[in-house]
Amino acid sequence: MDRGRVALSRQAPYIGNVVRRSSPWLAPLGFLALFYFYPLASILQTSFARGEAGLVAPFIDVISSASMRGVLWFTLWQAALSTLLTMLFGLPGAFLLARYEFRGKSVILALTGISFVLPTLVVAAAFNAILGPRGWANLALMDLFGLIQPPIHFVNTFLAILTAHVFYNTTIVLRIVGDYWSHLDPRMGQAAQTLGADRWRTLVHVTLPLLMPAVTTAALLIFIFNFTSFGVILVLGGPRFATLEVEIYNQTIGLFNLPLAATLAMIQLVFTLCLTIAYTRFSARLSSPNTLRPRRFSQRCLTNWRSRLLASLYLTALLALLVLPLAALVTRSFLRVEPPRSGSTNWEADFTLDYYRELSVNRKESLFYTPPTTAIGVSLGYALATTCLALALGLPAAWALARDARSPASRIFDPMLMLPLGTSAVTLGLGFIVALDQPPLDLRASILLVPLAHTLVAFPFVVRSLTPSLRSIRPRLRQAAEVMGATPLQAFRHIDLPIIGRALLVAATFAFAISFGEFGATALVARPEYPTIPVMIYRYLSQPGALNYGQALALSTLLAVITALSMLAIERFRVADVGEF
Amino acid sequence: MNSNFTSKIFRLLVGVFTLALASACSLQPAPTASPSPTGPRTIRVMTHDSFSISEGVLAQFENENNTKVQFLKSGDTGTALNKAILSKDKPLADVFYGVDNTFLSRALDEGIFIPYASPRLADIPEAFKLDTQNRALPVDYGDVCLNYDRAYFTQHNLKPPQTLDDLLKAEYKGLLIEENPATSSPGLAFLLATIGVKGDPGYLDYWKGLVENDVLVVNDWETAYYTEFSGSSGKGPRPMVISYNSSPVFELIYAGTPLDEPPTVAVVDDDTCFRQIEFVGILQGGQNQDLAEKWVDFMLSTAFQEDLPMQMFVFPVNLAAKLDEAFVKYLQIPKKTASVSPQEIAANREQWLKAWTEAVLR
Repeated sequence: MDRGRVALSRQAPYIGNVVRRSSPWLAPLGFLALFYFYPLASILQTSFARGEAGLVAPFIDVISSASMRGVLWFTLWQAALSTLLTMLFGLPGAFLLARYEFRGKSVILALTGISFVLPTLVVAAAFNAILGPRGWANLALMDLFGLIQPPIHFVNTFLAILTAHVFYNTTIVLRIVGDYWSHLDPRMGQAAQTLGADRWRTLVHVTLPLLMPAVTTAALLIFIFNFTSFGVILVLGGPRFATLEVEIYNQTIGLFNLPLAATLAMIQLVFTLCLTIAYTRFSARLSSPNTLRPRRFSQRCLTNWRSRLLASLYLTALLALLVLPLAALVTRSFLRVEPPRSGSTNWEADFTLDYYRELSVNRKESLFYTPPTTAIGVSLGYALATTCLALALGLPAAWALARDARSPASRIFDPMLMLPLGTSAVTLGLGFIVALDQPPLDLRASILLVPLAHTLVAFPFVVRSLTPSLRSIRPRLRQAAEVMGATPLQAFRHIDLPIIGRALLVAATFAFAISFGEFGATALVARPEYPTIPVMIYRYLSQPGALNYGQALALSTLLAVITALSMLAIERFRVADVGEF
Repeated sequence: MNSNFTSKIFRLLVGVFTLALASACSLQPAPTASPSPTGPRTIRVMTHDSFSISEGVLAQFENENNTKVQFLKSGDTGTALNKAILSKDKPLADVFYGVDNTFLSRALDEGIFIPYASPRLADIPEAFKLDTQNRALPVDYGDVCLNYDRAYFTQHNLKPPQTLDDLLKAEYKGLLIEENPATSSPGLAFLLATIGVKGDPGYLDYWKGLVENDVLVVNDWETAYYTEFSGSSGKGPRPMVISYNSSPVFELIYAGTPLDEPPTVAVVDDDTCFRQIEFVGILQGGQNQDLAEKWVDFMLSTAFQEDLPMQMFVFPVNLAAKLDEAFVKYLQIPKKTASVSPQEIAANREQWLKAWTEAVLR
């Protein structure tokens, strides 16, 4: 008895240390284990059990099939190219937003965020209004040069895939890199210039290396998004293009070949895992503590005419790509277009509010009719729940990662945190059905499943957007606080939290946006009484008739407006408070 | 540094975290369909996301049977069916509605339904009853047919096509949009129409002909109909699309401004359309078999059947059901559709899709 107690008390500090070190992992890992690994393992097991070929044969089949190798190769290089283009397009914007203060900046940032949430079918309709066979650009060119056929072919081309990926993901670069950049100490670059480096050398040898943690993080997130691209490939790319995710869907739903689908899902996962491990190794070498400075020290005004001209040119290009399609969509939602009457070839278009009015009419007396206010409320509710849950889980995980980047726990868990982003949605969706069927966790028909599924996607985003800032905090600051007697929680509250406050808001914005625009998982969860705005948009869009099409566009406009307002609200929040940490 | 704010954020985070934990601990099991002595019993109906019903019609069923009906929408037809199959050991619902003849064999082979010979089957023509054991009972049908833009054909003095072979003629070159059968339900139906008429492997030559005549293939009905088709309000460039025989009537009903006649026309000549029939079945292992039988009877009754067209754009199999005036006046129903049995579809689906992809997309 006594000896036992002595031994225990001797071990106590050690155990206490282990517990304290690993306690931030408990909630995030528990969540992932229950709502990610368990459903995923269940569906993979069920799928492989349905085939008689065992575990290895399907992999050999896939690798030896030329068409499957083609799909894999296409998935990889379209993702790489899309990511590269997005980074090239976004980095100047990140610089502009980070280093300069100008009027309308927060509005521009909010506008660029809308594209992130719009459902693919709506984005396709928006691009189509400009670049489609009857889009403005084609009509103008035909009119100008007297052409009979539309000169621009956009829909169902590879270019459409690239454009849509840049359209969706540029805001990730603007926010993650832009926010980090705005805190970078400008004195480093000034010192280099004092020592005789020109602007270019300063950028390449000083600024970019310092930015690398944020740049690689943004690139990783964007790559994984493109790697698992589904809607963009289907709707904008058309039938000649297929990614792994598209093929998994076809094999699961169309052909019910679950072993093959599971094999493809595993391959997708392995690639995500390898990529994340490479990223983790790479970023461990890159990140060095450096002093993040409040924004007011790093931001200037656009003073000379050259900087003003360049800034205006870039912003025009940015808005042309990200906002013009939205403008076309919004315009169209107020227009009643009538076919040419006999004898005339001109389309007639009148201003109308009919589509918006019709949203509040239950014309069919349908049980599933939902007023737009309800759909907005449901969407906001899910998005808020997702944001809270993703922050509550992501913050401790990011904190633990940043604190002990080289501890074994961090090394093992870090790459795993990204897996949900690289997982096939249809596979995981069926995993919920197979796994979560026992009380008290029979969530198969529960509305809780929606925020849980959204959190799986938002959580890696939160962790990734927070880690670069957390890692940049000098450990000495925390150590000093602990020497003075602060508990880890107090140190976090007074040291980490103020410095990452703004990154926290970036993370919150993304968590919110991911949930607000999500369609696939939401449609899979079986409660028609609580449709979100994207679900309603698809309901209207799947029916023939001008009124249905118009209502889909009207709802898309509402979705865009509410997204922009929400992002502005989050932006205000940060300017008012932590903006000047 | 604004410490007041940080402490506020801190408290907020602690609060949120506690809330998250609390809600995780209090996860209620979803209400089960157990009978309670006084209140109404609940029956669960699993279906695809196109399902709809009038409030009044449903209230009638709920009142007559002292029941509450809960609908579970589970994605498109294929996804919903997969969910039903994967949950068959612990079924999510009592009844599954919405499996069509292209998926019927998958549902029957997996044994998710139990037989039920509803007395209402007497009102339904034999041609709709594809399962002789009555595990899946027909509820409604819709025909996938060629649609064309009336104004375009009038302006260009063009005669509409009347057979599948007509579509290979030079005057229709570059006019047709069609959906990918691997990703779209009407696309699959049209492929089956060509297989039903041309046979295997004759359909492949036919499709090569369509490709030579510059058919445009897109992945989904929405893109085909709203982006590429000139007869819809998307005002695309091509005047012929694969859609439903009911689409013209709905263009009229949902026109926004009153029209004299539909802006589009469905071609319903013999051997040009494919009929999709949707079925309902009682799920094996459900808790409320007596109520499930009542619900199936109800879906086959005239009350529900007459509600179908306006709610779901499909048509009653019960001959006693009466159609709305707009349908009587404008709906074109094909007399003879191309046919391929569910067994043949199940046996050949993968091979047909592969061969089609090789012939048309490569």
